Amino acid sequence: MIPVISVLAYLIFAPVLGGLLDGADRIISARMQGRVGPPLLQPFYDLSKLFSKQMIAVNNVQLLLNLSYLVFLAVSGAILFGGADVLMCLFVLSTADMFLILAASSDSSPFAVMGANREMIQMMTYEPLTLLIAVGFYLSTGSFVVKEIIHSSISPVVMMPGMLLGFWVITAIKLRKSPFDLSTSHHAHQEMVKGLTTEMSGPTLAVMNIAEYYEKILLLGIVALFIINKHWWSWILAVAVCLIFYFLEILWDNVSARVKWKTMLMGCWIVTLLAGGINLLILMLIK
Amino acid sequence: MEWLWILIAFPALMAVIIWLIPSDVLKGRLVYVGAAGMMALTIFLLGSWSGQEMETAYLYVNTAFWDKAMLAGEVFFMGLIIYESIRHKKYPVMLLSIAQTGLMVWLESTVHLPELPHLMVDRLAILMCVIVAFVGGLICIYAVGYMEAYHQHHKEFQNRRGFFFAMIFFFLAAMMGLVLSLNMIWMYFFWEVTSVISFLLIGYTRTEEAVDNSFRALWMNLLGGLGFAAAIVISALKGGTAQLQEVVLAGSALPLLCLSLAGLTKSAQMPFSSWLLGAMVAPTPSSALLHSATMVKAGVYLLIRIAPALNGTAVGMLVALIGGYTFISASMMAIAQNDGKKVLAFSTISNLGLIVACAGIGVEETIWGAILLMIFHSVSKSMLFQAVGATENSLGSRDIENMHGLLLRLPKLAYIMGIGIAGMYLAPFGMLISKWVALKAFVDSGNVVLVIFLAYGSATTMLYWTKWLAKITSMHHTKEVVHDVTREDQYFSMYLHGGAMILLCLLFPVLATSVVNPIISQLFGFSYEVLSMSVLTTMAVMLASVILVPAAMFLITRSAPRDYVPIYMGGVNEGDNTYFTNSLGMPEHLYLTNWYLRFEFGMRRLMRPSEILTAGALVVMFCLIIGGAV
Repeated sequence: MIPVISVLAYLIFAPVLGGLLDGADRIISARMQGRVGPPLLQPFYDLSKLFSKQMIAVNNVQLLLNLSYLVFLAVSGAILFGGADVLMCLFVLSTADMFLILAASSDSSPFAVMGANREMIQMMTYEPLTLLIAVGFYLSTGSFVVKEIIHSSISPVVMMPGMLLGFWVITAIKLRKSPFDLSTSHHAHQEMVKGLTTEMSGPTLAVMNIAEYYEKILLLGIVALFIINKHWWSWILAVAVCLIFYFLEILWDNVSARVKWKTMLMGCWIVTLLAGGINLLILMLIK
Repeated sequence: MEWLWILIAFPALMAVIIWLIPSDVLKGRLVYVGAAGMMALTIFLLGSWSGQEMETAYLYVNTAFWDKAMLAGEVFFMGLIIYESIRHKKYPVMLLSIAQTGLMVWLESTVHLPELPHLMVDRLAILMCVIVAFVGGLICIYAVGYMEAYHQHHKEFQNRRGFFFAMIFFFLAAMMGLVLSLNMIWMYFFWEVTSVISFLLIGYTRTEEAVDNSFRALWMNLLGGLGFAAAIVISALKGGTAQLQEVVLAGSALPLLCLSLAGLTKSAQMPFSSWLLGAMVAPTPSSALLHSATMVKAGVYLLIRIAPALNGTAVGMLVALIGGYTFISASMMAIAQNDGKKVLAFSTISNLGLIVACAGIGVEETIWGAILLMIFHSVSKSMLFQAVGATENSLGSRDIENMHGLLLRLPKLAYIMGIGIAGMYLAPFGMLISKWVALKAFVDSGNVVLVIFLAYGSATTMLYWTKWLAKITSMHHTKEVVHDVTREDQYFSMYLHGGAMILLCLLFPVLATSVVNPIISQLFGFSYEVLSMSVLTTMAVMLASVILVPAAMFLITRSAPRDYVPIYMGGVNEGDNTYFTNSLGMPEHLYLTNWYLRFEFGMRRLMRPSEILTAGALVVMFCLIIGGAV
């Protein structure tokens, strides 16, 4: 595929797909909890309402930083879907997240700052595995470059199943799913109020939501990268795996309660070491 | 090129003059002259050397007089150390000094070595000269304004700034000598000079803490010096040479291990990290100097020089593992620090760990990363130290917690600090690219442990920088009034650093292809593109996006109409975002702190085990090599 088209497709359709996934997520979660749930298009109704709201802000930089978060996530996704370097994609992803942290802590609000602090811990938690995954792709396909990875003769997942498992665990952090939804939550009545989004409202919050949709698709893109190989049918398989992957995240979200930060950090680091590290060791030995 | 000695002699001469001149104002002027002269000389050297097609130049074959003079200098230093250690009752230190000076005197009086060139100008040496002259020179300029404010704040310390400036210039002279030396005996002399001067600089304030810390720095560096002396004696006796290049070519294990020990102590790697942390008691310019352009860079410079011989050996593996381990453990300990300078110190140790790990692997790819890391680290660390020092002078504290809302209180310093921090870890800036190269190189060399160290260490590095950055960029209004007492020469130095940082990023492809690649081909005989050009172009695009996109968005958001509201505080906001009504109906001050995770990542918990582990590894390696097992 021509990179320009895939990048444009990502930039245009990722928010739509992300929103639809979010809608489906809400319905599935509701059914798991014995509720009916909102309509599928609810996220888009929410967005349009947010954009129509009065523009109130606590300072003059939060919107700017939120927009930076959005732009860097879009850039990060564009790097992945444009077939460029997967390592760079991950680095830009963490830069993007840093802008969200700055946006949240810029207001000096107690709950937002607490959310920002927790978000930093979350970043530290998932970062090692993302780097190991990039290394895993390099070792199993000989390249960091996405357009070469997708032309390998067998799916990378065959060589790196442990990493996919680990990625499933840390994706729960990135998707803000329980048990790792420490920095913000969907419900404002909890101990942290709304965490890092406490002071975001109206269009500022809408920008943050759109950014999260971009991120969702980006993460699923990385999952797909585990599956895709040079055969055409692997693309269909990849989509199916992504959906299963996402379903398992929803399931986990609904059966677990939020953990404390230390449990998250140690748990995920140990998973990284066991699933990612051992997988890496094996890859290096057979190389 | 016969005039090369002037490059070393000029700063030394300036040091003497500044020391002797009585007037403080005149001293300041002379520091400017000295710094400018050093930069001019370096540019002149670069120019005249490019005129000779950048061929490696070997100089000064017959130097009997200077050999004797250096030996006399070493004996003088021994006397000084003995005097100081008796005065402060730190007796064991003198044994180290006596042992190594004795070794050198014995060697030079009994063993006759063939006369060979003593100085060498090659690409790596020139690069180091540029770093020393420019980063070091700017620190000198900064120091003039800083010391003025420092002595206004700290009346309790005796004003010895002439001594201070003199020591800084001696230090720079020694660094010039060190990086240009080919002969290990000369290099050892300059090495000793840096150890002794750092000892004197750390003890500047003469408080009990300063004296203790200066002696800690001294004994650790003398231990390294002893390793250096031992390496010279062994290679002179066994190989009949004291030329560094020949020791590298011979690749015999014991001298390399001794030299590595010297490099590890000087670059403050575990288990020798504590001296650099203790060095914080000195005035900030000396910290900036020790951390960025000199001292610790001398350690990694030596390791990079011997790196080709370390490749694939047990010694190299040990050096790489100690470096990797230092990278991760120091970055973890940095999380638990709230003192700005301590965070910078741990970050220096941690980043040097990465450079040392690269040197220990010793293939062209890792050295490529190591050299880039060294360049970027010097500039951003020097800038950060200067910004923290200036903030301390204005704010009266260097606690990161007190920097809450610095962007509104001391905007210029906050921007400089922000650029420095971003340069240390964010996406398009050089440190990150270099780290990326290091990661790829570790994978290619098949070292799984180092890859894991790097993965976890990057994550912890990210945490301590992000929380600092978030602290200074908060929009928090306080009632305390702060006056920026930073002087113009300090800003001059910091602005130039900031400009250099951004330029280095924009010109990264040029830097990579026309500076670093030739160095690699000179060290290894060949080089290839470590990063493909397309990635480099993407990087340039990225950087543009870092500058252009926020600027564009700034313009867009500025035009968006907004109604400002107070923040949500749990209790009722009193209206100024800093006080809320508590349950008794009284105003309560809001106080926000960062997380420091002291129980998990604190120095008290991690330092001692790390030291024991790495010291044990070093001892085992010495036993193995002396016993002949490797």
